[in-house]
Amino acid sequence: MGIDLSHYLVLGAIVFTIGVAGIILNHKNIIIILMSVELILLAVNINLVAFSTYSGDLTGQAFALFVLTVAAAESAIGLAVLVAYYRNRGSIAVEDINSLKG
Amino acid sequence: MYELIVFLPLLGFLIAGVFGPWIGARGAEYVTTGLLGVSFVLSWIAFIMVAGGADAHVPIGNWFTSGKLVASWALRIDTLTAVMLVVVTTVSFLVHAYSIGYMAEDPSRPRFFAYLSLFTFAMLMLVTADNLVQLFFGWEGVGLMSYLLIGFWYDRPSANAAAIKAFVVNRVGDFGFSLGIFLTYQLTGSIAFDQVFAAAPGLAGKSVHFLGMDWDAVTLACLLLFMGAMGKSAQFLLHTWLPDAMEGPTPVSALIHAATMVTAGVFMVARLSPLFEMSPTALSVVTIVGATTAFFAATVGLVQNDIKKVIAYSTCSQLGYMFVGLGVGGYSLGIFHLFTHAFFKALLFLGAGSVITAMHHEQDMRAMGGLRKELPFTFWMMMIGTLSLTGVGIPFTPVGFAGFISKDAIIEASFASHRYGAVYAFWCVAIAAGFTAFYSWRLIFMTFFGERGDWSATLPADAHDGHGHDDDHGHGDHPVKESPPVMLVPLAVLALGATFAGMAFLHLFIGGSYESFWRQSLFLGQENHILEEMEHVPALVSALPTLFMLGGLLIAYYMYLVDRAAPKRLADAFPAIYRFLLNKWYFDELYDFIFVRPAFSIGRLFWKGGDGAIIDGFGPDGVSARVLDVTRNAVRLQSGYVYHYAFAMLLGAAALTTWYLFGGTM
Repeated sequence: MGIDLSHYLVLGAIVFTIGVAGIILNHKNIIIILMSVELILLAVNINLVAFSTYSGDLTGQAFALFVLTVAAAESAIGLAVLVAYYRNRGSIAVEDINSLKG
Repeated sequence: MYELIVFLPLLGFLIAGVFGPWIGARGAEYVTTGLLGVSFVLSWIAFIMVAGGADAHVPIGNWFTSGKLVASWALRIDTLTAVMLVVVTTVSFLVHAYSIGYMAEDPSRPRFFAYLSLFTFAMLMLVTADNLVQLFFGWEGVGLMSYLLIGFWYDRPSANAAAIKAFVVNRVGDFGFSLGIFLTYQLTGSIAFDQVFAAAPGLAGKSVHFLGMDWDAVTLACLLLFMGAMGKSAQFLLHTWLPDAMEGPTPVSALIHAATMVTAGVFMVARLSPLFEMSPTALSVVTIVGATTAFFAATVGLVQNDIKKVIAYSTCSQLGYMFVGLGVGGYSLGIFHLFTHAFFKALLFLGAGSVITAMHHEQDMRAMGGLRKELPFTFWMMMIGTLSLTGVGIPFTPVGFAGFISKDAIIEASFASHRYGAVYAFWCVAIAAGFTAFYSWRLIFMTFFGERGDWSATLPADAHDGHGHDDDHGHGDHPVKESPPVMLVPLAVLALGATFAGMAFLHLFIGGSYESFWRQSLFLGQENHILEEMEHVPALVSALPTLFMLGGLLIAYYMYLVDRAAPKRLADAFPAIYRFLLNKWYFDELYDFIFVRPAFSIGRLFWKGGDGAIIDGFGPDGVSARVLDVTRNAVRLQSGYVYHYAFAMLLGAAALTTWYLFGGTM
């Protein structure tokens, strides 16, 4: 039994779901939310690469590289925001961050 | 000319009222007083012309026409009107002049003079009215000006309360008055005096159905109209506003609440004499109410300590005399007493004003005393007023002060009358004459005789509260000095009237020239011979008022000059009676209990229950509460946690995708 496209897609879906679940179910630490966002992006990458290989078009793999770069930049900014936030509020626990309510 | 008499005061009001800020207080005073002076001179000319037989009817214009109902503006100038014109413009002119001195320190003089002039205009409209609706226009006009002038010092809560009280009590009377006008129109088909009077004899025996009973039509109409007179002239049961109205400036009390407005009721009954003459029942009611007022107000006047309150109750009492005069059928007696009363009561009020100014706005007589030496001129003027009010004169001769002539005529007429209630009226007014003498001399003795502070031991501890609108006038620190000439000259003029008006006009008003003087303006029925009958009363009856007057004088002299402890002993001996009189027969408390508090609780019921709970509860408040409930739940959706928002986004995205993918097929 070979590994075909559907396996990759299932893997991507699983990783995506783990990422989403990490965002929604995580009540502890905001860093975990950042990591979950990374997981979602990786799931997208897996799909891009899988479709690229499947259809023999390298564009998808080039896009995967771009996504990795953007993800790295985004993590860096996210972490920087997080550090600044910690300095101001003294906590990065998700329960304490609820000032978005009306 | 007649238009000028009536409309010059209106012009004065417009100039002082509209241009007051530009022409200044001095300008407003001169303009209004000057115009009133012209009006005053013309009125006397008119009086002489009318007394010579020149009645006039001056049409001005149409007010409104509605079907058969025609109300026109017109000046009806006959003897009755001419007498009133003279009274109103004379007193008004003198009060205008006097106010220049009295109000000299008041910042809003233009407003004051504008009000005085507008009042005079309304009063002149009232007395020149040619129909009931125009009479009502003037009637309401003077009521409004009375309200505004009582509340002239609107920064005093007591003045505002008194103004509202005067207005509300007058509404009760005016309600009856307007019903009376409606009924008169329904009965006669017209509101013009000429048509109403022409139709009056035909109304005898007619009846109307009202409140489930059949009433004699004329009696009912007269009683309703008289209800208006009771309100305006402060008669028993509707009198409570007049003493409180003394919150206004003293010139206002002299003009409105002594000489002119309060006599409007007397004028109205005299004007409608053809109607009243048809109903002996109504005239009996007039007699009894007048007599009760005369007696009641005199008893209350006995114990009052505020100088203006004493004179106010005296006014109330004298108005009762006038109604007794009208009620026994002697309409000219009532008008004659109105005429003389205007002079001596305005004199007393303005004299009291002079005392009050000199005492730096102290009104309590117990803080006065010995002012005879410091205010000699005012003292003699007040003496003349008192001699006139108490009816000093030589019995059996037409020689005496004005009040002697007109008041004793009323007392004699009430004895001579055969009207139901006349005996009661006679005793009431005769005894009240004694009371009048007592309280008038008590006022003079407490104010002008003895030494300052003779009575201060009886002052309550907080007596100085509530007196004086300018508290920066310290009491007693300033020397007491006589008022300026601008205030004293009007006093002298009024004193002339108070002395000679009775003797000078006796012949015209109630004597031999009665027929040629009054002509058609007063109507006497076939059986009305009161003016003749009153000439034939027993000698004792003629002398009785003088005896009572002397008795009152002697008792006052004994109690307030000889034995100064006597008033206190008497009050301690009869504490119940003393308190009863001091509290004005508890009328204010009674009305508070019967009308004011129930009205307040009904108001509270409708306010809290009807408006608050039902209308607001189911209306605006209820709707807004439901909206708040909904939004409170909506707010709960917004937790502020990022992951909740993310979850909602995800659900939304999933729902959208699902709909996009399967929406077409499902």
